[in-house]
Amino acid sequence: MCMAKQIYTKYKMAKYLRKEALPTALCPGCGGGTVLNAFANAIDELKIDPRELVVVSGIGCSAWIASPYFLADTLHTTHGRAIAFATGVKVGLPDKKVVVISGDGDLAGIGGNHLIHAARRNIDITVILVNNFIYGMTGGQVAPTTPFGAITTTTPYRNIEHPLKIAETVASAGASYVARWTTFHVYQLIESIKKALNVKGFSLVEVISQCPVQFGRRNRMKTPAEMLRWFSKNSISISKAKNMSPEELEGKIVIGEFVNKEKAEFTEELNKLIDEVAQYYSLGDEDAD
Amino acid sequence: MIIRGDEPEQIRLLKKLYPKGNYFMQGDEAIAYGALFAGCRFYAGYPITPASEIAETMARELPKLRGYYIQMEDEIGSIAAVVGASWTGLKSMTATSGPGFSLMQENLGYAVFTETPLVLVDVQRSGPSTGQATKGAQGDFFQARWGTHGDHPIIAISPTSVEDSFWETIRAFNLSEKFRIPVILLADGIIGHTREQIRIPDPEEVEIVYRKLPANEEEAKYPFGDVHGDLIPPMPIFGNGYFTHVTGSTHKENGLRDVYTPEVHDRLVRRLHKKMEVHEKEIQKWEEYYTDDVEILLVSWGVSARPSLGAVIETRKRGIKAGLIVPKTVHPFPGKRIRELSKKAHVILVPEMNLGQMILEVQRVVRKEIPVIGVNKIGGVPLTVEEILKEIESSAERSRHRSAD
Repeated sequence: MCMAKQIYTKYKMAKYLRKEALPTALCPGCGGGTVLNAFANAIDELKIDPRELVVVSGIGCSAWIASPYFLADTLHTTHGRAIAFATGVKVGLPDKKVVVISGDGDLAGIGGNHLIHAARRNIDITVILVNNFIYGMTGGQVAPTTPFGAITTTTPYRNIEHPLKIAETVASAGASYVARWTTFHVYQLIESIKKALNVKGFSLVEVISQCPVQFGRRNRMKTPAEMLRWFSKNSISISKAKNMSPEELEGKIVIGEFVNKEKAEFTEELNKLIDEVAQYYSLGDEDAD
Repeated sequence: MIIRGDEPEQIRLLKKLYPKGNYFMQGDEAIAYGALFAGCRFYAGYPITPASEIAETMARELPKLRGYYIQMEDEIGSIAAVVGASWTGLKSMTATSGPGFSLMQENLGYAVFTETPLVLVDVQRSGPSTGQATKGAQGDFFQARWGTHGDHPIIAISPTSVEDSFWETIRAFNLSEKFRIPVILLADGIIGHTREQIRIPDPEEVEIVYRKLPANEEEAKYPFGDVHGDLIPPMPIFGNGYFTHVTGSTHKENGLRDVYTPEVHDRLVRRLHKKMEVHEKEIQKWEEYYTDDVEILLVSWGVSARPSLGAVIETRKRGIKAGLIVPKTVHPFPGKRIRELSKKAHVILVPEMNLGQMILEVQRVVRKEIPVIGVNKIGGVPLTVEEILKEIESSAERSRHRSAD
């Protein structure tokens, strides 16, 4: 109770938080707090009324960033399926901004199929995919995004797999806007989230985020500061990355905007089809017999 | 968006597109038209034999009624989208068969725990696994009851003909909307792919129900609370500024997760079960034939109820006092009535197209009072009147010998 009062009087974005759910369950040093802050700032700067939002999340630490902490209609769903639930929500509420905020294991591991097809469909939802390279909530198991060679509870010797390049994959699946930033690049992140919210079509902002407790601690970066320094040192812009070999890019984080091109959006096309069908079958009121 | 299905515009379209009269169609199509008349305006699905025709009919007809069809990448995504759409105010449905039904269990449990209205059609086919994909069966009776994990209630209903499929689909929607619980329509591949005559009614003659919405801001604060005393919370759907929080974790009346307080979990899970118990009379439905003086009682469901009735009628002509009860709502099971009838009868026969599932419910309620014998058939070909008739006559014969001792 006392902590909630403190946040309320000192934190500018407190009005966007669901007070009854505070304090957050996030670990000290978790990048999730930065993402929540960036999202709140983006909403604030765009002057979006939270009544116009529906936030959907899955299972995992990152799924908790906005649900239940962000004050809006929030749907906390099953592991990996947030995007599929969000698809139904968007079709039913086409005028609202539907945002999915969830983690890498959730959206790109078990939920990879839904991520790819939502991008292919180019449905107007904004996905903030928080990538902390690990399944954090369950104690630190290897994820499809864990760096090659890393130590996790299920790769106790070293990881023999290579991580999935999420932003690149989604870009080639047909999304309208795809960007990757890190929790170190907070201002670019806020601007990117603003763009993603405004783009009509499927938008993905992949945020590399620190999990010092489950990932960092096992990989020689046990403080959040060390992890953020790692992000800062290893981030390469897309333009620079173009001229680097795969070996040079190993272990690097490519940041920037991969795609920013609007095209035919799913719910619009669906509603257009309905109008066409009404015309074809003369179902309008004027044609009533 | 809120679409009830009985708005003047919807009625006008239904009358224009499907004028009242006699039609000839498959069970699958009847289910789709039943959904449309019930007010379903969102369908998300994935193709699977023998349910694909439901998706095809919805894809063709929904746009005409300004409804939404979306084909998802798999069954899991389908039921997820249905839940999402239901929370925006749309009556939503998906249809599948055994393998797809298995995939949907997790999100079905999510819908039960979050009290999301929806209809899930399982056009049962021969299993296990891929089985006999094109052949009907009745092997999902208990999967419908217990397929998803945990202590959960469910409503499952099973039609016995093409025309019955139309009306039972409407009843499925009404139960689901009234009680804020997913309803499974246990159809089968035989009726699903058989064409029969069906009378499409005037839409104004069809009574449909829409979920309770909060009357004010105060009621909206308790999306999972017994606000009205009937154990059915009003549903503060998204998009109305209620800031509703919905989660599959154990939650308090206001929707927020609380997994640490045992009483919260106990209260929630028990209320979900009590909600069904208290309203059982409205949920229960069965049909009885020749049960007043029944000696050999048949209990059958879905497609097997048809040859069962044929066998009962034939044996009655031969002087055997056979009778039939057909549970239309199979879960919750009409145990009380069957137990009552078991006091009159000498034996119970349970014809079904599986190796014995509904029979376990019959045995549970009848206990050891009288013999309960299954008339089971698997392999994709329905039971025939002759097969059931033979069983009835054997039972009659055994009874005669016993009374002769």
